[in-house]
Amino acid sequence: MRVDLVLDSWTMFAEGVWMTLQLTVLALLFGFLIALPAALAMYRRTRAGTFWRGFVYVFRGTPLLVQTYLIYYGLAQFDWVRAGPWWYFLREAWWCALIAFSLNSAAYQAEILRGAFGNVPRGEIEAGRALGLSARFITWLVLLPSAFRRALPQYGNEVVFMLHGSVVASVITLQDILGAGRTLNARYYLAYEGLLTAALLYMVLTFALVGMFRLLERRFLRHLNVRSEDKPVRKPLDGMLDPAAAR
Amino acid sequence: MSDLIEYAPLLAQGTGVTVALAILSLVLATALGALGAAAKLSGKRRFGWPAAGYTTLVRGVPDLVLILLIYFGGQRLVNVAGNALGVDYIEVSKFGAGVFAIGFIYGAYLTETFRGAYQSIPKGQAEAARALGISRFATLRQIVLPQLMRLALSGYANVWMVLVKSTAVVSVIGLADLVGLADKAGKSTRQQFWFYLAVLLVYLTITIISEQVLGRAEKRLNRGQEARGTPA
Repeated sequence: MRVDLVLDSWTMFAEGVWMTLQLTVLALLFGFLIALPAALAMYRRTRAGTFWRGFVYVFRGTPLLVQTYLIYYGLAQFDWVRAGPWWYFLREAWWCALIAFSLNSAAYQAEILRGAFGNVPRGEIEAGRALGLSARFITWLVLLPSAFRRALPQYGNEVVFMLHGSVVASVITLQDILGAGRTLNARYYLAYEGLLTAALLYMVLTFALVGMFRLLERRFLRHLNVRSEDKPVRKPLDGMLDPAAAR
Repeated sequence: MSDLIEYAPLLAQGTGVTVALAILSLVLATALGALGAAAKLSGKRRFGWPAAGYTTLVRGVPDLVLILLIYFGGQRLVNVAGNALGVDYIEVSKFGAGVFAIGFIYGAYLTETFRGAYQSIPKGQAEAARALGISRFATLRQIVLPQLMRLALSGYANVWMVLVKSTAVVSVIGLADLVGLADKAGKSTRQQFWFYLAVLLVYLTITIISEQVLGRAEKRLNRGQEARGTPA
């Protein structure tokens, strides 16, 4: 095991961590901006909701790798794509990865939020109406806050899955964590070192995120845990492999 | 578009590889999941710790990293072992490495699925069986397993859906599966968009079929549940 080679290339891995975090955070953010109106449309069963249902089904039913290939390699096939102003973005692997990840995450987040909207008790909406709140105020002051709290545990899973899904970036030439590991292996003709370092870094990031979400849950779901002594204590990593949350 | 028709047999062959990969991985994952769940439920630390390490490792590391580690690391291991035994170069099969990696990953998910299902069977049933003098094996086979199947099915179905999509990643080590073959065909005909779109549709079709089949299986295993007034 050549640990010295890994340590010598620590800047490469640091840049990889930065690339991975950048893609993951931005994809989650853009995904959220798409998912919120999509989930509202699906929840209200508007005509747009039908479109979003199809969108969610396609993106959740196919591999992220293929979606990314389709955008990065596929779109470049058309001359009109290469001729338009959008080519400035679509010729860059980074933008293609970000677009694919954002759309993919949007689909999963929309499904999470739609479920959360459906789980908001009717009484909360009715209470808002009884207080004379307008429909818009009920959405912003009652529905959304209540749904976000409920969606928090699943959001934790989605964040981890996006982090793990972002390894696809390394397949389209980007130097993320896995890309750094593969470069190290190729440069020194190694079998394990680069990949093991990448695995370790992903693990640290994963469990840091899981811990963070646990803290958020403790803060935002504390009203559900008033009599916590009655309930079995949730260990730090419980539920992380909840099969119902697998995507 | 006409290239797509010309390459249809190739894509069909790739689909076969992908489906075989997924099914064999599921078999391995089921075995590992049963083993992992048994280890976690045994209550013995020397079994519980390795199982906990296994599930922790898998949930912390992305699938592609594990696949590459198993493929390249496994190749190196085989070379070292081969040298020691004086055997010439042996190549690790990409398909085998893929099955092993995907099975290994989803075995961890199934460990949790099976464990959860087992724990939701009331303890009193096993105790009643014991009181009646039914052997441990018969209890497991006739009382626990039939219920386990019903309780674990929705989780199992979920894992299958995720597993199928995960097989696409194995093309990165050069396996000639659906994605790998479409990639080659797309590049040589410069029709990548249509080939990847075809791949997308094949995966979507597999998802739809799986949903239908598993939904029906769920209905069948849950028959009699609602009649008693206890919807599962």
